[in-house]
Amino acid sequence: MASPLGKRRIAKKVLSLAFIGALLSTGNVQAEKVLRVNMHSDLKIVDPIWTTAYMSRNYGYMVYDTLFAINTKGEVKPQMIDNVSISEDGLTYDFTLRDGLMFHDDAPVTSEDVIASLKRWGAKDAMGQKMMTFVAEMSATGDSTFQFKMNEPTGMVMQALGKPSSNVPFIMPARIAATPPGEQITEYVGSGPFVFLQDEWKPGDKAEFAKFEGYVPRDEPADGLAGGKEVFVDKVVWKVIRDQQTKMNALSKGELDVIEQPAHDLLPLMEQDPNIQLVDLNPFGSQYTFRYNVLHPPFDNPKIRQALMYAFDQEEFLYAAVGDEAYFKTCKAMFICGTPIATEAGFEDKLSGNLEKARELIKEAGYDGTPVLLMHPTDLTILEPLPPVAKAIMEDIGLVVDMQAMDWQTLVGRRNKQEPVAEGGWNAFITAWNAVDNASPLTTPFLNAGCDKALFGWPCDEEIQSLRDEFAREADPAKQLALVEKLQIRVAEYPTHIHLGQYLQPHAMGKNISGAPVSPVPAFWGYKIAD
Amino acid sequence: MWAYLTRRLLSVIPVLLVVATIVFLMLRLTPGDPAANIAGDAATTEDIAKLRVELGLAEPLPVQFGIYIKNLVQGDFGESFYYKRSVISMVADGVGPTLSLALFTIVIACLVAVPLGTLAAYKQGSWLDRTVMGFSVVGFSVPVFVIGYVLIYFLSVKLGWFPVQGYQPINEGIVGWAYRLILPSTALSVIFIALIARMTRTSVLEVLNEDYIRTARAKGLASRKILLKHALRNAAVPIVTIIGIAIGILISGVVVTESVFVIPGLGLLTLDAIQGRDYPTVQALIILFSVVYVVINLVIDLLYTLLDPRIRY
Repeated sequence: MASPLGKRRIAKKVLSLAFIGALLSTGNVQAEKVLRVNMHSDLKIVDPIWTTAYMSRNYGYMVYDTLFAINTKGEVKPQMIDNVSISEDGLTYDFTLRDGLMFHDDAPVTSEDVIASLKRWGAKDAMGQKMMTFVAEMSATGDSTFQFKMNEPTGMVMQALGKPSSNVPFIMPARIAATPPGEQITEYVGSGPFVFLQDEWKPGDKAEFAKFEGYVPRDEPADGLAGGKEVFVDKVVWKVIRDQQTKMNALSKGELDVIEQPAHDLLPLMEQDPNIQLVDLNPFGSQYTFRYNVLHPPFDNPKIRQALMYAFDQEEFLYAAVGDEAYFKTCKAMFICGTPIATEAGFEDKLSGNLEKARELIKEAGYDGTPVLLMHPTDLTILEPLPPVAKAIMEDIGLVVDMQAMDWQTLVGRRNKQEPVAEGGWNAFITAWNAVDNASPLTTPFLNAGCDKALFGWPCDEEIQSLRDEFAREADPAKQLALVEKLQIRVAEYPTHIHLGQYLQPHAMGKNISGAPVSPVPAFWGYKIAD
Repeated sequence: MWAYLTRRLLSVIPVLLVVATIVFLMLRLTPGDPAANIAGDAATTEDIAKLRVELGLAEPLPVQFGIYIKNLVQGDFGESFYYKRSVISMVADGVGPTLSLALFTIVIACLVAVPLGTLAAYKQGSWLDRTVMGFSVVGFSVPVFVIGYVLIYFLSVKLGWFPVQGYQPINEGIVGWAYRLILPSTALSVIFIALIARMTRTSVLEVLNEDYIRTARAKGLASRKILLKHALRNAAVPIVTIIGIAIGILISGVVVTESVFVIPGLGLLTLDAIQGRDYPTVQALIILFSVVYVVINLVIDLLYTLLDPRIRY
């Protein structure tokens, strides 16, 4: 029989063991391979056609697959498609789906699913709408074959079907794709490499995805968003952590595996951390853009808009926002440096801080002192430093600037107001786009100069619209480049927006992580976790 | 007593109606457009206009208000604009973490602050008193995120004793649940320790100067008995009041602590909903917080009758 002292000792030991056991259970001991990722934002909307939000697009690449996809060189490659043949007159496209494509509910992917999905996407997405103007008929010619009959030849079909960013033509089961494009889908079944675990989704906390065992990757190695999407983890968890310092600490202590967008000012600390590696996965980076509202003075006058193109110096903006030259590059090509259509045409003498020329143009324009209402989002680290730079330059060339501080959501609400400034409207703001969105005249959202049909800012120019249409029809790369040159020259005369340079946003990840795919959009196939 | 309770409970109805009306109006007057947020950066003005219709935001304000009040009376708080989930289920998800954090914090605060405040009063003017009062000034002055970062740096990053972040629900293990709450609760409790210790000291000091304490001393009662039985109990009314207020503050959102320690509670839900202009979620949360305050006040008032027999309702 144990003495009271002995009993106490035993009880103490049992308690200690229980405590240690509990501590271990909260640590990193995991039977399954789980990749814990902090994305740039919380997943809010799980219909990537209904919204253009980047997080919904990223979710789309987990759960759905695409007919075509771009590789790291920006070339469009077949993804769900096995082969495609185009008739000599360019009026008939015959597509064949590759074998083994299955939805997460074990139903095979059929051409009916593809056509229903493309109809929904084509009704919603701007590039989809453009493509549909060329398509006379889409029809299923077999379970895994389908055909496009065209009104006239165009070079944009593959570009549109391989569009990498919002809205991406993801393929869904026909019953889900039958949902009107203005309504959100309520069933989340795709044929992509991951299954969305709806029951584990905790808004504001986490979203979980399990490896789809029925997914058959292509035989080729993964290359950008194209190639074989091989998955080496059992589960991916998108964990919401808002505080930048906490993210970094969690990564350093192994409580997190990947941070999609670490703050630029923490990168030097991360570089010194022995447990963290910084990996640049997006070869194109992101592009800053200054957007004018052309409806109201003073930016209803193209000469004043031109003046800003001369006055702004990309370097000044990039230093202010990013700081480290290793993570930014100046680039006068409107459609992103490094793409096949990159050219400086129209901008050779602009974007380098020519204040004298800018002042001349302001004088010629007869500027009457109307203040520029510049919206300044103070809650987004990556944008916050930019408006003060723009304000200083604008004032230097003689414009009066009223810079108003607000949170991003207020800005988003206000930028859709077409009313004059006095009635709650606006004149300008600065934002950033994933560069891949701006890599083509057809996808660049701010280039749409279709007046009321254009994005906020509402530029209105027939010549720009007609050059974009010509680009859509053209299939020859050399002729496409020539059209881009003409287009950029026209934009320099009738500015729709100003590209303020590109910046890179490396992912931060643990040293035990490898295989992350290089891609303009965050993707989670290929990742390996070392023990 | 029952009549009082009924009266107090009935008074909740007009309070909630006023709160519901104010929160409805304030949200609609705040700049920002949920439809524009939801539609995304590349959505056209036409897309956003369609979405406004779909969300019911294109209706005139009185119509929107009528629908909102009608649903509220039926207990229907609606669906989140973003997640397309019932607001009640989202709020329910956040209650566990927030309640856990609040209770853990208040227990730590009471266990530390009440004895400290009582001793400080008893030893008025001593080094202990000065230390406690000095600590309470520091506790009021240092922001909670600074305390949080310092604790994380030393106890998690340097010593590795605690995880940097995260919450574990109690149903996944009580030890893990408590273990993960130690750091955030400690960080958060500092200000409440300062507050409660100060209030305890003042109340006990006041009581210690009463005639009946002098009588107890004259009778030769032990100091411990005098302090615990006579002084503290009679000083309890203001202390309980301040603890109640602290619980209300803790439940209605400790955004910074939840953000630094990644606790998916009501504070972060409120912040996200306000930033995204998710009207149904904000409305439900504010109404919930009002109910919490009303109930806590009622409980405190009832506790008074236990602590002070002179109080009768």
